[in-house]
Amino acid sequence: MTAPGIREADTASLDAREAISTPEQSARARFLRRFKRQVPALIALGYLVLVVLSALCAPLLATHDPLQQNLAGVLQPPGGGHVLGTDDLGRDVFSRALYAGRISLVAAAQAVAVAVLLGVIPGLVAGYAGRRVDAVIMRVTDALMSFPPLILAIAFVGVLGPSLTNAMFVIGVIFAPRFVRLVRGTVLSIREESFIEASRSIGTPTPRVIWRHVLPNALSPLIVQISLTAAMAMLAEASLSFLGLGVQPPDASWGSMIERGFRYTAAAPWLTIFPGLLIALTVLAFNLLGDGLRDSLGREIRRGS
Amino acid sequence: MGTGELVGSTPAGSAPVSEVVGLDVEFKIRGGLLGKGGTLRAVRDVGFEIGERETLGLVGESGSGKSTTGRAMLRLVEPTRGIVRLDGEDVTALKGQELRAARRRMQMVFQDPYSSLDPSMVIAESIAEPLDTHDSLSRAERQKRVEDLLDHVGLSKRYAQRYPYEFSGGQRQRLAIARAIALNPRLLVCDEAVSALDVSTQNQILNLLEDLQEEFGLSYLFIAHDLAVVRHIAHRVAVMYLGEIVETGPTDRLFDKPAHPYTEALLSAVPVPNPRRQRTRERIILSGEVPDAANPPPGCAFHTRCPHVMEICRSVAPPSVEAPGGGTVRCHLHTS
Repeated sequence: MTAPGIREADTASLDAREAISTPEQSARARFLRRFKRQVPALIALGYLVLVVLSALCAPLLATHDPLQQNLAGVLQPPGGGHVLGTDDLGRDVFSRALYAGRISLVAAAQAVAVAVLLGVIPGLVAGYAGRRVDAVIMRVTDALMSFPPLILAIAFVGVLGPSLTNAMFVIGVIFAPRFVRLVRGTVLSIREESFIEASRSIGTPTPRVIWRHVLPNALSPLIVQISLTAAMAMLAEASLSFLGLGVQPPDASWGSMIERGFRYTAAAPWLTIFPGLLIALTVLAFNLLGDGLRDSLGREIRRGS
Repeated sequence: MGTGELVGSTPAGSAPVSEVVGLDVEFKIRGGLLGKGGTLRAVRDVGFEIGERETLGLVGESGSGKSTTGRAMLRLVEPTRGIVRLDGEDVTALKGQELRAARRRMQMVFQDPYSSLDPSMVIAESIAEPLDTHDSLSRAERQKRVEDLLDHVGLSKRYAQRYPYEFSGGQRQRLAIARAIALNPRLLVCDEAVSALDVSTQNQILNLLEDLQEEFGLSYLFIAHDLAVVRHIAHRVAVMYLGEIVETGPTDRLFDKPAHPYTEALLSAVPVPNPRRQRTRERIILSGEVPDAANPPPGCAFHTRCPHVMEICRSVAPPSVEAPGGGTVRCHLHTS
């Protein structure tokens, strides 16, 4: 009893075997191959590696003691004995920028870490757990977002005491709601996908479903958000340091260097230009890297045929 | 020209692999701003049996509750009432660890092969997921099993480290099937498993399902709206309308001599691959829309659209009676 036209497709397995002919590749090789094509991201990565290395090796690279004042040689222009000139206390700008890089990078990393830790888990729970839990988490998040960030930061630092660590913790807390919202939104759409139901139908325990299926698929917007947040944290650190709530003199971050140099913009523009350039380039590099990672890592969105 | 060799209900002598009795699934409807919420009975008093190596086709329009029935059997939605037995064990009573253990015996193949595989995972991982959840295999055993499964569904093991997007729809459905049979289940619920595929691919997948059924002794609940597909693969067919099974029967009997007016109307909508017969045969056009499932009509649910409607249909729900030629039917035309 063979229905006409139904049994003639016995080449099925043959077709299925032949359809793909490119050689086998591991997931990592695939990622690297794609990432290598992301020229801007590669340049950004190179730049960031350079910045991190120079911050790590600051004692070796510095031409002067970054704290050494020289009141006889204040506001010297770049060139001469000082590559990037000197500031209003005669300190070497190049050496200070190297050491400030350490502080700026660590501060940004710290704030991002706090924001991710405080943001991702509630976001996953809010997105996956259902109406009631979601409502509670989102109202707390909204409450946190409704505070003016700087006022909240000042209040926290006022309680905890002015220090860079406290300031960046606060920045992290302030940025956490963005992560909660982002992750929740992504999870809300992922949980409707049938691969989640497929996983449940297999009997996979819920925490494992979240860890193995939900989180990896929520990762690419998360990576982009992390790179953006690193950039914003760097700027926020500068603002707080300006208010005297962040880095404490005589230590400096790039932000506090700009702030200090700002008063001499007309007479000594190099005081703001160089740290400003460093911040701008680093922020840009974070963003380009985030874009490159998103495009070569992450979720394959090409669907349908 | 159907393929229904197994006529009658389940093969004589053997206990059914799966048995559904009086299954009800209700959903709460959230009220709007002013309206009040209510309940929607998506599945109403559904019952059937599936024997060993048997395929039960479940057909009906969209919204008839066929997918919900399949999901309720696997406890992906919670049944409100009723019993679902798998090898004699009532699945609806299971909880936690027991339920998890029972899931290895009942698996599902989903409609959309483009979203049923995790796009962030290489396919070897997707296929191995049931093994990771239920068995603790060594790395080598696990890899061997994945390769075996790929082979069973006609795919090369060379593809194990690829991502789903690199496969065509038909290949993805093969992968989904490989994952579903990884634990040697007894029952496979195929929810519109070939509906998203083009016709030639459909045939390949149907043939694959038949081969696997033979090889592993699987029972299928095959949910579909495409009657030609169901006729090809199912041994018996159940027709659903508005959450109720209105007719069951051996495939050949049901397609050749439909007992319920709704089945008749469904069948008349399928084109016949013969122009002369197509021109001369009668097409039954149902009047009206499918009634709101939240507010089904009294009496026989089909009476608002039935061409043979009688007075009794408007008030009395017809019982399920034996249909001439085998199976059951819920229609007053057969009660008197």
